[in-house]
Amino acid sequence: MGRRILLEHDNVSGIETYEVYRKQGGYRSVEKAIKKMSPEQVVEEVQKSGLRGRGGAGFPTGMKWSFIAKPEGVPRYLLCNADESEPGTFKDRYLMEKIPHLLIEGMIVSSYALGCNQSYIYIRGEYMWILDILEKAIAEAYANGWLGKNILGSGFNLDLSVAPGGGAYICGEETALIESLEGKRGNPRIKPPFPAVKGLWGCPTVVNNVESIAAVVPIVNDGGEEYAKIGLGKSTGTKLISASGNLVRPGVYEIEMGITVEEFIYGDEWCRGIANGKKLKACVPGGSSVPILPHYLVCKTATGEDRLMTYESLADGGFASGSMLGSGGFIVFDEDQCVVRNTWNFARFYAHESCGQCSPCREGTGWMEKVLNRLEHGQGNMRDIDLLAEINKKIEGNTICPLGDAAAWPVAAAIRHFREEFEWHVNDRETSQKRNYGLVKEPSPIK
Amino acid sequence: MSSHKHTPISARHTEKPSFNAEQMAEVQRVIAQYPEGKSKSALIRILHMAEEAFGGWLSIETMDYVAEILKIQPIEVYEVATFYTMFNIEPVGKYVFEVCHTGPCMLVGSDNIITYIENKLGIKVGETTKDGLFTLKTAECLGACGYAPMLQCGKIFHEHLTPEKVDQIIEAYRSGNTNF
Ligand SMILES: Cc1cc2nc3c(=O)[nH]c(=O)nc-3n(C[C@H](O)[C@H](O)[C@H](O)COP(=O)(O)O)c2cc1C
Ligand code: SF4
Ligand code: FES
Repeated sequence: MGRRILLEHDNVSGIETYEVYRKQGGYRSVEKAIKKMSPEQVVEEVQKSGLRGRGGAGFPTGMKWSFIAKPEGVPRYLLCNADESEPGTFKDRYLMEKIPHLLIEGMIVSSYALGCNQSYIYIRGEYMWILDILEKAIAEAYANGWLGKNILGSGFNLDLSVAPGGGAYICGEETALIESLEGKRGNPRIKPPFPAVKGLWGCPTVVNNVESIAAVVPIVNDGGEEYAKIGLGKSTGTKLISASGNLVRPGVYEIEMGITVEEFIYGDEWCRGIANGKKLKACVPGGSSVPILPHYLVCKTATGEDRLMTYESLADGGFASGSMLGSGGFIVFDEDQCVVRNTWNFARFYAHESCGQCSPCREGTGWMEKVLNRLEHGQGNMRDIDLLAEINKKIEGNTICPLGDAAAWPVAAAIRHFREEFEWHVNDRETSQKRNYGLVKEPSPIK
Repeated sequence: MSSHKHTPISARHTEKPSFNAEQMAEVQRVIAQYPEGKSKSALIRILHMAEEAFGGWLSIETMDYVAEILKIQPIEVYEVATFYTMFNIEPVGKYVFEVCHTGPCMLVGSDNIITYIENKLGIKVGETTKDGLFTLKTAECLGACGYAPMLQCGKIFHEHLTPEKVDQIIEAYRSGNTNF
């Protein structure tokens, strides 16, 4: 059994309540930090832990925290990114639903470290019932003196509240999140200035993913060095993986970074293999924005090494033969699935979610969607395929935020690895249309 | 000032909407979560509340009313209401089914589920049943990919859908027995 430090108590009955959570050792990190540590020492422990942002980019959390500007007399804000909209990702939801107090505890310790007296959890609007769960837990934390004025008699004050979005993937991008939290459309801002200098209402702001903030709790409890012992190399700690697609046992798993991909897909402890006895065709290991891997590059790298569940190993081979850990949205395709159809599906997603500010992204995503739609439905031609493969060159570096890239890279990767399948949709329109790709016969075999 | 594009009748309420005392208290609680002068931050949350209170969608009157509460220009509300896909700016049925059709759901059969619901309710995606009970929509990834196929109705996620389960869900909503 792998070590679980975030979801250690997820099966304890009543863990969503304050009493049970506290009995299991909850809020110890707040006591330790506030009574025995300075804010700088907390930041130092997070730096030592090697924790990397769990929202997708993998940027070291401690380093990000050290960048926050501290002008005299200006408030600072910590925002928790619970927008979780990257297709294939549903881990933050699981954590918040099951152990809401873990996130709240992490928010308190992190706010203390950053010197924030007001923090917000920005949650996607579709998770409205989780907003209720969080508000209930926050009320319990206030009632027990963990939030509010003069926490533990230390003079440290903190208010925490939850704000919902309204259904827009782009609001997961940190500056769009800030705009949205100011009550506006979620248009990303041009950087610099970075949020660490000018964020919410023009004040220094840190935005962190739910899982990153939750991980601060064990880091403070056990020390950064202990945390860094878990995992492998620069991929320290555990990672929540959201496994979906054609698996025997999809779901949310906490893994120690460094287990093999093969173990994760086929192991009894994890996904238990491909559903219905079918074969693995492909895998998108880190959410819809990362490159797809064909079956022969899923468990092994191009040089024949075991592929591991780490930032480095999943990226091994670069865009030519690797992918990314991203948000940990691990999507598995069985042999019956159509890569063309899925690529079109994802392109439709990005076209739908582009905020429309930059023309390369707004027009480019719409254009990719149209061309892929044509190909998928047997009306494309060979030139379309080449054009698509080149599209990222037009978008890359020409947009305000990375959504444009996130839309283009997976298309380029799909064509790189599955060109024959795209060509087949052009050369043999009839047969390619007849195959009932992507449609599993009802009733759904996935429990 | 620019005005919101709308169909003259359908996108209007006949009466001016007004939160009752309890709803207003909740609105004030949310506004108080933000510093002085930053109450616009409460906009999205209040729009969700307004939708729930005034028929499941946002009419011009509702949006103007929210602008009034927050002391902002109506256009600031229209902008937000039209940007975020969760907000309905046209009337909808009593129950809105939003079936996720993004990749991971598609891999395990969401397309079939959508067709099944269309046939069962006799409507296409985007339409409302004649009795005004159901509106069918598709949605992008709702964060339930491992429990797919799925649909969202209000605050509830219905997961691991099969045709039999869809039958049961529709039956439950029809009979008003919605204790899921
Ligand atoms: C288009 C787009 C969508 C994003 N969506 C999310 C999201 O849903 N959740 C998240 O935590 N980060 C998301 N991010 C990353 C955030 O911008 C930001 O890097 C992250 O919240 C930082 O937290 P971390 O350092 O703890 O990972 C997104 C980025 C982009 C460009
Ligand atoms: S890249 Fe796309 S999503 Fe990002 S700011 Fe530009 S138009 Fe908006
Ligand atoms: S793809 Fe449907 S819930 Fe994520």
